[in-house]
Formats: sequence, structure tokens, C-alpha cells
Amino acid sequence: MKTRYSFGGDEHIFVEVDEEMSLEAFFKSLFITNAVRDSKIKGVTEICPANASFQVKFDPDVIKPEAMLAELKSLESAAEKASPVIDTRIIEIPVYYQDPWTHETLMRFRERHQDPDSTDIEYAARINGFDDVQGFIDAHSGAPWFVSMVGFVSGLPFLYQLAPRERQLEVPKYLRPRTDTPKLTVGYGGCFACIYSVRGAGGYQMFGITPMPIFDPEQKISYLRDFMVFFKPGDIVKWKPIDREAYDQAVADVEADRFEPVIKNVTFDLNAFNRDIDGYNAGLMETLHGA
Amino acid sequence: MALKVINPGLSTTVQDLGRPGYFNLGIPIGGAMDRLAMRSANLLVGNDEGAAGLEAVFMGPELEFTSDALVAVTGAAMPIKVDGVEQQGWTSFNVTKGQRMTFDYLQSGARIYIAISGGIDVPVALGSRSTYPIGALGGFEGRPVAAGDELPVGVSSEGQVGLSVPEHLRRGPDVSGVELRVLPGLYWHRITEASQKNFFADEWKVAPEADRMGYRFRGGQTLEFVERKQPFGAGSDPSNIVDGCYPYGSIQVPGGTEPIVLHRDAVSGGGYFMLGTVISADMDLIGQLQPHMPTRFVEVTMDQALEARADRSRLLGRIRQAMN
Repeated sequence: MKTRYSFGGDEHIFVEVDEEMSLEAFFKSLFITNAVRDSKIKGVTEICPANASFQVKFDPDVIKPEAMLAELKSLESAAEKASPVIDTRIIEIPVYYQDPWTHETLMRFRERHQDPDSTDIEYAARINGFDDVQGFIDAHSGAPWFVSMVGFVSGLPFLYQLAPRERQLEVPKYLRPRTDTPKLTVGYGGCFACIYSVRGAGGYQMFGITPMPIFDPEQKISYLRDFMVFFKPGDIVKWKPIDREAYDQAVADVEADRFEPVIKNVTFDLNAFNRDIDGYNAGLMETLHGA
Repeated sequence: MALKVINPGLSTTVQDLGRPGYFNLGIPIGGAMDRLAMRSANLLVGNDEGAAGLEAVFMGPELEFTSDALVAVTGAAMPIKVDGVEQQGWTSFNVTKGQRMTFDYLQSGARIYIAISGGIDVPVALGSRSTYPIGALGGFEGRPVAAGDELPVGVSSEGQVGLSVPEHLRRGPDVSGVELRVLPGLYWHRITEASQKNFFADEWKVAPEADRMGYRFRGGQTLEFVERKQPFGAGSDPSNIVDGCYPYGSIQVPGGTEPIVLHRDAVSGGGYFMLGTVISADMDLIGQLQPHMPTRFVEVTMDQALEARADRSRLLGRIRQAMN
């Protein structure tokens, strides 16, 4: 990992912690951005952590770009020494794979896809070496995921699977982005999953849909009353495959405002995770489903 | 007091100076595309510079006033009429109860700013009244205004009829073409030296896909990438990066073909490389560009960017002075 600093015009510093994705790069970026937030540097207006990079927006009338750069560099060395442990939460998110709504949408945009003759998930299963779609769904919903970035639009989470690199699922984005994606589509591009928080354009492959809203500008949904955006970087997510009946039930529960996401507090230790990935994930599942 | 929308125009939204602080969640700063024009309009009617007004693109709305008001319109050149009588742009004028304000065809620029004494008084969402339609946030019910809407107007402060921003202090695009100053950086090293030269040498034109999220340009040569093995997680196209943050004004070039400059309603991140960033002093100008406008990108240093920013700030100072 070699940290690279670059100015984004006169109001931003963009910091690439690593060119490639890894949990190590994510943790370093998260720790530096936390340190920037804690240090309350005058003139900083936005602090945005991303998967393996981050960005700080500042007012150059308050702090000169070179001074801002020096502040960030001094915080980097402290972040390097921090042990990669965070207190976070694990959330179970129901997913109705191969649902009719994303299916209808993907059929409308077949000419923008690498493989117009199969569906997005059939294509993803094949290029990742699975015999059938069920095998792919088992892998996708097996190991949990880490929210490594929130952004693009309106609280959309990017998620990275807690799996060794050789078991990471990789899928290209659409050849040309779609102009439409159903709200709450569970998507995939590169090595990242996402949940489309709102309806709109998108280039990620579409595998399914969740009934659980994750963005509510009116703040009416019980678990979004305190803040309109559900996710934050560091959240851990476990997909739970559900069928049509369970999906319809969950949608009805959301509408009646009695849908309660399953959420547990958990500590995540990257070094312990790296020593025994499968064993660590099993522990996370016990936390999620335990009393 | 309210403002009745008779005809919304093409896309008219409530805007102020935006909502900083939520870009880390994918909620952009938003606010007026042309901040100087928005501030000027507010100053003309005696409002706080950050009061909410209306931004209308390419076509003006038709509005009916439910009580007397002091009004100013700045930004693009578009003839203003009150009950058919022409009014001057960049100048405050009175409108009386029941009168209707309309606009003729756009002459130059792209966006007008309508300020009303007291400001548009929609609820504040995350610190701003700006409309962010993608997130259904802020503004009037989170969307552009529509026929039949009644926009609440705040209690009016003291204003003065006939106040005017002197012509030499008004800004807008030169019809023959514009220059946008760019600080190279971010993933500038991803394209070849020849492409770096071409990007600045070529003439580009604003594409029809130009909105509050970003402005697309076409007409220059396709950029060539420095060869590399794509990093894990980035995606297979040479223009892909591991999804990261996008600065406001950053220039991404998906597939190396058409540069997109992100603007006030920017997506906060994504998987395309960026070759640099339009400097803060030139962001207002982008908001006044029409499709097909010839555009050149001009390379500047950080010192030049800061000097341009200081110039811009002095210009605002002179406008404020002229209002006293």
C-alpha cells in the first residue's frame, strides 16, 4: 500500500490509500477520516471515506491547500499505528433473488449487457465458475459483507465480502449504464455489492431486491426516524435469501411500520479475522442469531 | 404570501447556497448552479445572500403573486415581463398582488435566478431549502415545482426598488465560446502524454446531457490510457478505478470518450477515473452553458486557481458594495 495525495481543484484533497481493494486499505482510510473528524481542523467542510481512498473538502480561504495537505499527512502516520478493531453492528438484510421487478428491468436493457442471452445473475454465476444460479446465491449470501463506502446517491452502500480474495465474486459493470434501476435493487459491480437506495440510473448487475428501505427523506420509517440514511461505513451485512411470500409480508410490515431489522452490536477485529476467516465469520453469525 | 406556479417552465427548482456536510452519505451540496447570480438576486431584494429563490433552466416559469413583492431576476439573459410589461434583469422591481410574471425566449446563458423579498419559505431539510430531486429532499416536496403549486414566501425584509448590479459586474458566458480552467490531478497519470496534450488542445462542445448533476462534453479526441494490469476490484475497463470519491468539478471520462464535469448535484463517488478538476472560480460559469457551446479546458496551477478564486471573491465584494 502506497498512499497517494492529489488536489481535486482548489477545494478538495483526494487520497488514494491503495490502488486495489482490500480490508486493510479500507480500515486505513476509515481511521484517517475518523482522525480528521476528531481533529476538527478549521475550514474542513466534508470528510468522505471510500473503499480504499478518501476525500476531504475544505475552504481554501480558511486553510491553505498546502497546510491542509500537511495536516492530512501527519494524521496518516497516527492512523497506521492504530490497531484495526472497530465497534460496529451486524444487520440481516432480506433479499428476494431473481425477483420479477429487476428481471423486467434487466430485460429492457439487454442490449447494454455483456451477455444479452442470459440474465445478470446467470451471467455472474457462469463467469465466477458456479454450475448454477443457486450455487452463486449460496456464495453471495453465505459469508457476510462489510459496508466499505456510502455514497453515489442518497445513502447507497457499497459492500465488500468478508472472504479471502480467491473466493471474492467479481462481475463487470454493464457495458453502458442503464437509465433505470428499481428502488432497493441488490446490485453488483467489480468486487462490490450495493443496494440502490432510490430508483435511478445504474451500471451494476442486478441480482434481486430487498423489501427493507434504507433511505427515507421524510424520516417516517421507525428505524430511520433519527436519521434518513441507514448505513455507515463499517456496518456488517448478512444477506438472507427470502421467497415471494416472505417478501410480500416484509413489504406489508414496512407499510404498517412494524418492520424491525435484525441488528446486533459487534466488535470487528481485522487481524483476528485474517487469522481464521471462516471461523471468524461463524462467530459473527452466532452474534447475529444469538440471544 | 405565496407564489402561485401557473406554468413551471422546463425545470424550475427552489435553490439556495446548498447543504454542505452530507456528501459522505451521497447527499450532494446542491444549491444554485450559478452562486454569484443567486447571491446577486438576493442582494437586490434585500435578502440574506443565502435565502432560497427559484432556479429555472432554459425556460422561465409563469408565476402569479398573491401579494405585493419586491423581485429581482439575474443570471441568463431572458426578457422578463410583469403583466406583459418588460422589466430589467439584474434590477429590483415591484410586483403587485394578482400580477403575473412571465419570460420570453432565452437569449444567452442557461439559468435564471428569481429572488423574492423574504425568500421562498419551504421547510429546511438538512440545513438547506435546496431541491435534491434524486433523493426527494428539500425544495417544494422534494421535486421541481409544478403547475398549481403555491410556494410559501417568508416575511419580507427591507428592500429597495430600482437597485441594479452594474453591467460590468455581471457575469455570463461569451457566446463565441468559453474556457474552463482545470487543475490536472487525481488520476491524470492514467492517460498518455499525448492524450494529456490533446485534452487541453482540442475544442469540446457541451453535449445535450448536461444537468445539475454534471455537464458532458464531446468533440475532442478519445483519450488513450497508460497500459497496466487493472487493480483488484477496479473493473476491467482501463477507465475504471476502485470506486472512490468524486470532487465537485472533477472531470471523469468513462471509456476515455466524453468528459463529464460533476456539478452541484454530483454523485459522490463511483468507479471512473478522473483527470483533474475545474477550479472553484469557474463552476458558476458551467451553470450558464447551453448545449453545443464551444469549450476549451485550460491548464492552471494551484496558485492560479487560488488567484482566480480571490478575483471572484473581490467581484462579489464589489457587487455587495454597489448594493449599499
